[in-house]
Amino acid sequence: METKLLWIPLLPFIGFLLNGMFGKKFGPRVVSWIGCLAPLGALAVTYSSWKQLTGVVDRLDQVVFPWIWLEGILEIPFKLTFDGLSATMCLVITGVGSLIHLYSIGYMRGDAGYHRYFAYLNLFTAFMLILVLADNLLLMFVGWEGVGLCSYLLIGFWFEDDANCVAGKKAFIVNRIGDFGFLLGMFLCIVHFGSLDFGVLTDREIIAGVAASSAWGMPAVGATTLITLLFFFGATGKSAQIPLHVWLPDAMAGPTPVSALIHAATMVTSGIYLCCRLMPLFESSPVCMAVIAGIGATTALFAAFIAFSQNDIKKVLAYSTVSQLGYMFFAIGMGAFSAALFHLVTHAFFKALLFLGSGAVIHAMHHEQDMRKMGGLRKQLPFTHMMFLIGTLAIAGMPPFAGFFSKDEILFSGFMNAFGEGASGQAQIFWGISFLTAGMTAFYMLRCLALTFWGESRVAPETVNKVHEPGGWIAFALFALAIASTVGGFLGVPAILGGHNVIGHFTGLHVETSGLSAAALETHHAMEWTSMILSLVMAAGGLVLGYFFYGSLADVRKSLTSENPIGQRLRHLSGNKLFVDELYHKVVVRPIEILSWLLFFFIDRLLIDWILVEGTALVTRATGDFFRRMQTGFIPGYLMTFGCGVLVLLYILLNILTGNGS
Amino acid sequence: MASHILSLIVLTPAIGALLLAFVDRKNVSVIRQGALMISCVTLALGILMAGSFEGSTLGYQMVETHSWIPGLGIGYHLGIDGISILLVLLTCFTMPMVFLSTWKAVGTRVKEFNICLLLMQTGMLGAFVALDIILFYLYYEAMLIPMYLIIGIWGGKRRIYAALKFFIYTMVGSLLMFLAILYLWQHTGTFDLPLMLERLRTSTPLDPQAQFWLFGAFTLSFAIKVPLFPLHTWLPDAHVEAPTAGSVVLAGVLLKIGTYGLIRFAVPLFPLAALEFQPLLCWLSLIGIIFGALMALVQDDIKKLIAYSSVSHLGFVVLAIFVFDASAITGGVLQMVNHGLSTGMLFLLIGVIYERRHTRELSDYGGIARVVPVYATFFIIATLSSIGLPGLNGFVGEFLILAGTFKVDPLYGTVAATGVILGALYMLKLVRLFLFGPIIHDENRVIPDLDAREWTYLLPFVLLMIWIGLYPKPFIEMVQPSIEHYLQLFAY
Repeated sequence: METKLLWIPLLPFIGFLLNGMFGKKFGPRVVSWIGCLAPLGALAVTYSSWKQLTGVVDRLDQVVFPWIWLEGILEIPFKLTFDGLSATMCLVITGVGSLIHLYSIGYMRGDAGYHRYFAYLNLFTAFMLILVLADNLLLMFVGWEGVGLCSYLLIGFWFEDDANCVAGKKAFIVNRIGDFGFLLGMFLCIVHFGSLDFGVLTDREIIAGVAASSAWGMPAVGATTLITLLFFFGATGKSAQIPLHVWLPDAMAGPTPVSALIHAATMVTSGIYLCCRLMPLFESSPVCMAVIAGIGATTALFAAFIAFSQNDIKKVLAYSTVSQLGYMFFAIGMGAFSAALFHLVTHAFFKALLFLGSGAVIHAMHHEQDMRKMGGLRKQLPFTHMMFLIGTLAIAGMPPFAGFFSKDEILFSGFMNAFGEGASGQAQIFWGISFLTAGMTAFYMLRCLALTFWGESRVAPETVNKVHEPGGWIAFALFALAIASTVGGFLGVPAILGGHNVIGHFTGLHVETSGLSAAALETHHAMEWTSMILSLVMAAGGLVLGYFFYGSLADVRKSLTSENPIGQRLRHLSGNKLFVDELYHKVVVRPIEILSWLLFFFIDRLLIDWILVEGTALVTRATGDFFRRMQTGFIPGYLMTFGCGVLVLLYILLNILTGNGS
Repeated sequence: MASHILSLIVLTPAIGALLLAFVDRKNVSVIRQGALMISCVTLALGILMAGSFEGSTLGYQMVETHSWIPGLGIGYHLGIDGISILLVLLTCFTMPMVFLSTWKAVGTRVKEFNICLLLMQTGMLGAFVALDIILFYLYYEAMLIPMYLIIGIWGGKRRIYAALKFFIYTMVGSLLMFLAILYLWQHTGTFDLPLMLERLRTSTPLDPQAQFWLFGAFTLSFAIKVPLFPLHTWLPDAHVEAPTAGSVVLAGVLLKIGTYGLIRFAVPLFPLAALEFQPLLCWLSLIGIIFGALMALVQDDIKKLIAYSSVSHLGFVVLAIFVFDASAITGGVLQMVNHGLSTGMLFLLIGVIYERRHTRELSDYGGIARVVPVYATFFIIATLSSIGLPGLNGFVGEFLILAGTFKVDPLYGTVAATGVILGALYMLKLVRLFLFGPIIHDENRVIPDLDAREWTYLLPFVLLMIWIGLYPKPFIEMVQPSIEHYLQLFAY
C-alpha cells in the first residue's frame, strides 16, 4: 500500500514524457486527454492516500531509491513522505491543478505549441508534487528548482516575443539568487545537524542543541537563526517577497492559466510550505520570526499600494498575489503557521478563480489585458462577472467566502501578538500594516472589478461585438473554483463561531489554546471578536470606498489623484512600482555588465593575454633575435665563448661533487 | 585476458590508427566507419573493464607491470582506481560520439583526421591509466601533437596562431614538469609512482623547500591544462579555431588530464607543499569561477562563451581538489565527468548548427527554437545540465563540491556558490539570444532539424545526464573509497 506515493508525481511526469515526445503526432485531442488525466490520476492517488491517513496512521513513507549516497558522510535517499501537511498541499496542487488543466483545453485551443504547453504543465505538476512530498531538503530542492524551470519555460512560452523571454529569464535568475540562500542553508544544516532529513531538522531537542551553538565567527547569531534566515531568503525568491519580488509581475507574460496555477495557487506558495515544514526550526529563532513578520507585512502593504494604479488586469492580480503571500509570511512571523497554511489553501481557490476569470475576459476580448479598454462587460459576460465578483468578495474577506476565515485568523494572530500578553511595539506596527492592507486589498480589487465589468463600456468598437461568454471547460473550471472559494473557508471556522480548526489539526501546525484558564479564555474570545469585527469593518470600508470612487464619486477620486500634489506623487510612485526595477537595474544589473566588460578588456585581453602572454612571446623572440646576431661566423669568437662555457660548467660540476648538496 | 584489459583499451585506438594507415585515402566511408568501429570496440572494452572493477577495493586494480627500461627504472605499469576509472569511461564514451559527429563536418584529409583522433584517444587513455611517471609523461605529451595538428590543419581562420599558442603554452608547463620528474628520479631512484610515493613517505622524504619547487612545477603544468585562472587565455582561442571534434575532445576529456594530474601526482607526491599552496590555489579557483562566468557573459561567439564557462566549471573541480574533503573531491571527480558530458554535448550542438549556418556569432541567430524544436530541446537539456539543475548530472557534482567546501571553509563555499547564480546568468542569456526571440535572419527559417545520425550521438549524452542526475550511487560508489583512501595521505 505504500508504493502508491510515487505515482503521485510519476503520473504527471509520464504525461510530460508522452506529450513532450509524441505530442505533435498525437494531435490536440489525445494531448488534452493525456495532459488532463495525468493530474486527475495524481489527484485520485492523493485522495486514496489521504483516506489512509485518518486514525492511527498519521504519515506514509516511501523510500524509492538511495539518491546522493556518500556512505557514512552524506546519505540522502529519494524518499517521499505523505503527512497532513503534504496531503493538504497535494490536494491543492492536484485539485486546483486539474481544474486549470481542464480550463487550458479551452484557453489554449488552436495554439501552435499546444502539446508543448501541456507537457510543461504536467512537468510542473510533477515537480511541485515532488517539492511537497520530499522527505528531505535536497529532494525538495529538486522540486524547488524544477518548478522554477517550468515557470521559466512557461513564462517564455510564446518565445517569439523577446519580452516574454526576458521575463522568463528574470524569473529564473531572481529565483536562483534565492536558491543561493537555500543552498547555503542546506550546507549549514549539514554542518550543524549532519543531515537534511526533515525528521532531524524538526526534532525540537536536536534544534535546541544546535540553537545553543553559534555559527562561525558570528557568536551573536545562533546557528538556527542563520539557517532559518537563509531559508527565508530562499523563500523570498520563490514566493516573491521583498527584496526578490520583482520577477512575479513580469511573469504575467505567460499564458493566463499558467499565471493561475504557477504564479498564484501553487509554486509561489512553496516558500510558505518550506516554513511550515520546518516550523520547529523557525520557531527556535525569534529574530528570524520577527524578520519574517516584518518582511511579510511590508511586502503586503507595498504590493497593495502598487496594485492601486495598475491598468493591466493581470498585473493587479499579480501584485495582489505578492501582497497575499506577504500576509501568509506575516502569519508565519506571528507564529500562526496554521493560519498561513489555511490562507494558502483559500488563496489558491480564490486567486485561481480570479486569474481564470481574468483569463476568460482576456479570451473574450481577444487578448486585450488593459482595463482602460474594458468596462461594462457585465452585460455581455454575466457569468464571468458573477465568478469574478465571488473571487473579489473572497479575497476582500467578506463572510461567508473563503478569504474571510483565513484572513481573519491571520489578523487575529497579529492582533494577539500586538495587544495580547507580551505584546511589543514592533508587533503593533506589523499588525497595523496588515490591518491597513486588508482595507487596501478590498479597495483595489473592487477597482479592478469596477473597471472591468461596470460603468461605461470603453471596449474598442471592432471587438465589442465579438465579446462572448466562455463555454465548456473554461466555465466548468470557473464554476468549480467559485464553489471552492465560497465554501473553502469552512475548513477553518474559528472556535467562537462554533467551528473546529480542521485544517490546523490535520496538518499538525495548529497550536493548542486549550491550556488557558476560563478567564483567560474569555479574554481570548473577546479579543477574537474585536479583531474579527475590526477587520470586517476595514474590508467593508475598502469595498464601499472603492464602489463609490469608481462609481458615483469618480470626480472626487480624479481630483485627489491628479490635482492634489501628494496624491499625484503617490500615484506616480504606485504607477511606477516604486522604481524598484529601475533601482535594481542601476545598482545590480548594469554594474555587473559593465564590470564584465571592463574585466574582459583590461584584465583578460590587455593584461593577461596581450601583456603577459604575448609579451612573453615577444621577449622570447627578441632574445632569440639577439642571440641570432651573435652567430657571426667569426671562429675565434666562438672558441672564446666555448672556453668560458667549459669553465663555468666545470665550476658547477665541482661544486656539486664536493659540496654534495647545500 | 582480464589482466591485460587496460593495455587493450589503451592500445586499441593506436592499432586502429595503424590499420587505417593502410586504407586508401579515397575510401572515405570505410575510414569513417572503421574509426567509429574501433572507438566502439574501445568503449565495449571500457564497459567490460568497469564491470569487473570493484569499488570497495582500495588501491589499484587490473594492474599490469612489465620492466621496460630497467636501467633507468622505467617500467610499463598500468592500473586503475576510483579516481581514474570514470575518466577512462568518459574518454571511451566520448570518442564514438565524436567520430560520428565528424562524418559531415570533416571533408578534407579524412584519413589523417581520423588517425589523429585515434592517436589522441590512445594518449588520453594512456595518461589516465599509467602508473609510471615517464609512461604518463609520454602519453601526456603524445596527446599534444595530434591536438596541435587537429587545430592547425582542420581549424578556422586563425588556426595557426591558436595551435601555436596551445602548443607553446602546454609545452612550457610540461618541460618544467619534466625537470621536476628528473629531480624526483634522482632523489628516489625510480619512476614508478606507487614505489616513489612509498619511498617519499618512508626512506627518502623530500625537504619542504624541494617539495615547494617541485609542486610548483607540477602544478603549473597541470594548471595550464585545466586551465586555471590566469593561465586560461589559450583555451578560448583554441576552442574557437578548433573543429568541432577538436573542441569536444579538448573540453570533454583533455582538460581533465590537468585536474587528474593534480589529484594523481601533484598533491600526493608533495602533500606538504599542497597544504602550503592551498589558500593560493583555492583563491585562484574561486577567482576563476567568477571571472570565467563574467567573461562568458560578454562573449558574442558561442564557442568562446562555452570556453569561458569551462574556466568557471573547472574552477569548481580545482577548488574541490584543494579543500581536501572527501565529499568535495568525490564531487570533483564526478564533476569532471559531468563537465565532459555537458560541455562536450554543447560543443557537439554548436557544431551541428555551424554545419548548417557556418557562423557562431550569437547575433546571427535568434528564434530558431521554432524552426528546429528537437535541436532546441537538446540544447536546453545540455544547458540545464551545465547550470546544475537538480535531477541532472551537473547538480550532483556541484552539490557535493559545495557542501564539502563549505564544511571546510564557509567563506570558500559561499563565494563558490555564487557561481551557481552566475552560471544561470550567462547560459540563459545564451539560450535567449540563440534559441528564443523573434527570427531576425531569413536564413534561419529553413534550417533542417536533427537527422538520425545526430540523434544517435546526442541522445546517449542526455541519457547519461539523467542517469547520473537521478541515480549517481553506482558512480559515487566507484569513486568514494579511493578518495577516502587517498585522503589518508594527510592523516599524519
